[in-house]
Amino acid sequence: MDCNELVELVTAYLDGSLHADRRSAFVEHLDECPGCERYLEQFRLTIALLGEMPDETLAAPARQRLLDEFTDRSRRTDPEAP
Amino acid sequence: MARRRAAPYLRLMSGTTERVGGSGDRDLVTSLRAGDEQTFATLVDEWSGWMLRLAQEHVPTRGAAEDVVQETWLAVIKGLDGFRGDAALRTWVYRIVLNQAKRRGVRDRRTVPFASLAPDDSGPTVDPARFQGPEGEYPGHWQEVPEAWPEQVALSREVHDVVAEALATLPARQRVVVTLRDVEGHTADEVRALLGITSGNQRVLLHRGRAVVRAHLERYFAASAAQGVS
Repeated sequence: MDCNELVELVTAYLDGSLHADRRSAFVEHLDECPGCERYLEQFRLTIALLGEMPDETLAAPARQRLLDEFTDRSRRTDPEAP
Repeated sequence: MARRRAAPYLRLMSGTTERVGGSGDRDLVTSLRAGDEQTFATLVDEWSGWMLRLAQEHVPTRGAAEDVVQETWLAVIKGLDGFRGDAALRTWVYRIVLNQAKRRGVRDRRTVPFASLAPDDSGPTVDPARFQGPEGEYPGHWQEVPEAWPEQVALSREVHDVVAEALATLPARQRVVVTLRDVEGHTADEVRALLGITSGNQRVLLHRGRAVVRAHLERYFAASAAQGVS
């Protein structure tokens, strides 16, 4: 297995979906290749950083606009509102 | 080919109403009609995430997806009094997102079919120039070992922005898969079922997306190292 082949298999390796012979070739290559070892390490770190990203939500200004709009509506439809 | 993704999305969304209202849709709708701002704010915070993901399947950019979600909430505010309550509130909201997103997607001439892979889902994920050619001493091996990253990498404000920017550049399908798997922590099986794709395609989209994010981080760390030296 060459490096340019290994880098395409990293997700399959991490998912545990490589077949046994591919997996041993992957691990064997990794053992003697500092470049691929580093690539794998950085790939793992990338995944960890993605995991720390906050869940998607609306940007604060957009959120505020919606809340304002909601408040306006309540004021309009409820004559008792202050 | 049929779009039958409503059910899985609704499953991922389930539980939300309980947390929001305490007892189901009717109370939720009653609170909203009564103008309860806290209920509305909580709904916006809890539902906008899946609404954005749903929208992103049909529109090309994150910005367009945000527009769709905003338009949807505005439509919800306007339509509250007319909401007949014969559908669950979230089903109603789901349909509005879908309709707005599809209309917008058609307008932007971009739909994102999940079932098969697109041209941007093939080819090497690492620049071939990083590897030795056939004339090299070790063809297919690194020209140079990738530069080390800093010892301690945390999700600082800057790193957060780099990752967010990288995600924004991804083709929509890769972005959705990476977001579901890595940002939100769903399993491969969940994502496969949710999007109706094969596990092979799920893996390809995930791998390509991750490789792009890694490359953005690599450039960022290289640039900050260079600045540190000068």
